[in-house]
Amino acid sequence: MTTATRTLPRTIHKSGGADWRGVLFHGLLLVSLLFSLLILFTLITDVLMRGLPVLQERGADFLTRPTSSSPARSGVAQGIFGTLMMAVFVSVVAFPIGIMTAIYLEEYAPDNRLTRFINVNIRNLAGVPSVVYGLLGLSIFVLALGPLTGGRSMIAGGLTLAALVLPIVIITSAEAIRAVPRSLREAGYGVGASRWEVTRLLVLPNAAPGILTGTVLSLSRALGETAPLLLAGAVLGGFSIGSRSFVEQLFSDYTVLPVTIFDWSRRPQAEFRELTAAAIIILLVITLLANTIAIVLRNRYERSW
Amino acid sequence: MPSTLTAPTDRDDGSGSLPTAPPTSATRGVALRIERTAAEPLPGGAAGTDPDAEPAVDLRGVSVYYGSFRAVKDISFEVPPNAITSLIGPSGSGKSTLLRAINRMNDLIPGTRFEGEVLYHGENLYADTVDPVEVRRRIGMVFQKANPFPKSIYDNVAFGPRINGFRGKLDEVVEGSLRRAALWDEVKDKLRQSGLALSGGQQQRLCIARAIAVQPEIILMDEPASALDPRSTLQIEELMSELKKNYTIIIVTHNMQQAARASDFTVFLNMGEDRAGYIVEHARTIDIFTNPKNQLTEDYVSGRFG
Repeated sequence: MTTATRTLPRTIHKSGGADWRGVLFHGLLLVSLLFSLLILFTLITDVLMRGLPVLQERGADFLTRPTSSSPARSGVAQGIFGTLMMAVFVSVVAFPIGIMTAIYLEEYAPDNRLTRFINVNIRNLAGVPSVVYGLLGLSIFVLALGPLTGGRSMIAGGLTLAALVLPIVIITSAEAIRAVPRSLREAGYGVGASRWEVTRLLVLPNAAPGILTGTVLSLSRALGETAPLLLAGAVLGGFSIGSRSFVEQLFSDYTVLPVTIFDWSRRPQAEFRELTAAAIIILLVITLLANTIAIVLRNRYERSW
Repeated sequence: MPSTLTAPTDRDDGSGSLPTAPPTSATRGVALRIERTAAEPLPGGAAGTDPDAEPAVDLRGVSVYYGSFRAVKDISFEVPPNAITSLIGPSGSGKSTLLRAINRMNDLIPGTRFEGEVLYHGENLYADTVDPVEVRRRIGMVFQKANPFPKSIYDNVAFGPRINGFRGKLDEVVEGSLRRAALWDEVKDKLRQSGLALSGGQQQRLCIARAIAVQPEIILMDEPASALDPRSTLQIEELMSELKKNYTIIIVTHNMQQAARASDFTVFLNMGEDRAGYIVEHARTIDIFTNPKNQLTEDYVSGRFG
């Protein structure tokens, strides 16, 4: 016993001279956290303080009116419609293609130089600045495919955003699929399941929550993009859609909330500052709504599985 | 479905007193003749229970490569039906690789290459015309780490029959499989609970039930008890000796007592100087453990290396 106690510190009680490095580190962590929270808090309170009065005063009128040169008659109807349509395009175009690409790369593609080359390039694509995608959209979807898409149209914008998020969808889905343990796959193959059965019945259900999380994050990103859509034809300022049908609108002028926000923030009238804040609130609500739907879906899926 | 099952060769099954010494338990009273060409890699044909009985599988000149690395080389042996054959040997001797070659599980690992033949009812399982998915239906597998699907106990067992287009009373298959896996009494009231909620030993028996639900002819077990406590291990071993009435079992084990207790035949593999696994000796388990022909075998089973 005596030999053992000799190797211990003299006392088992807390010493007064604390481990100051540890305390400092702990403090630094807290400061970092507070800093992030403070920025978020400042942004949100600022936006709410300025935007909420507009929403209270204008009410539904703000949501149903198009942009106009007069602040009192400006609304975000076109922006909301455009943004929701962008969400539809991304969901319909980018999600299936991206998820299927991820399944192919993870489950089917042979592990060779070509596959690795493709993988590296998809990662690089995810890091390309969004303006570049705007140029891509402009040259391909607006100009080259103009006769099909109607030029600076909602379809061109939607396809541009779909292209923008495609690499992100692929990467996050592939990671979710890769996270499915090999033992699960082997268990399936061990009872005579084919690759298709293992993928459909075991891998995908297991990866679904991760895939959903990734796809929705990419959707939020798409809904917040401004720059690529400025290039790909979103209208900066007021425009009239007249009395076009839904299909006609797909092929004609459009705008999205971020572009509306950008537009209003540059206007000289002071009233537009408040309108900008109100539009930001609407955009935040839409994004939060998309995230909430995804979380609900994910939780339901996890339970049923 | 080739179901020309040969007559059970093992007439042991509890008749006679249970031996206390490990090396004899399952093999006592087995009337067998063995052409023993041990000590060398066997060129096609070694132990058979009954010389006329068709082996369950017959490995001929099997080599498996991972890329340019040869993991096992020129392995040949016959696996007698309705008996337990254990593969033992030190780490790196290619036991698992060899086991996984039998139901083409290695196909799933990129970069593996196979040479030789695995004959099953006279057909080479590696022939171009053979569907590996079908092979795995006939030759089931239980893995080292119990890997139930994250599904209910019922759905775990029903998974195989369902994907194989089983038409009939699924409930009966599930119950029968769970009974044969000696798990029914423990889970019959909670079939809808997740298979992952079971204990480790129960999970492994669930995996065995899942494997036998598709009615394979052969069950491969890759160290099925290595992660289990002694009591669960014993349960698995008892289960195996029960199952061999209907199935041929090939088991990889690190545990020599287990091989001695539970298996009828033993294949001892070692890692050669080129790091490829080869067969040192293949014989009845009782002979491997009590009367080995090869010095290496004796050293290994007596714990002097590996």
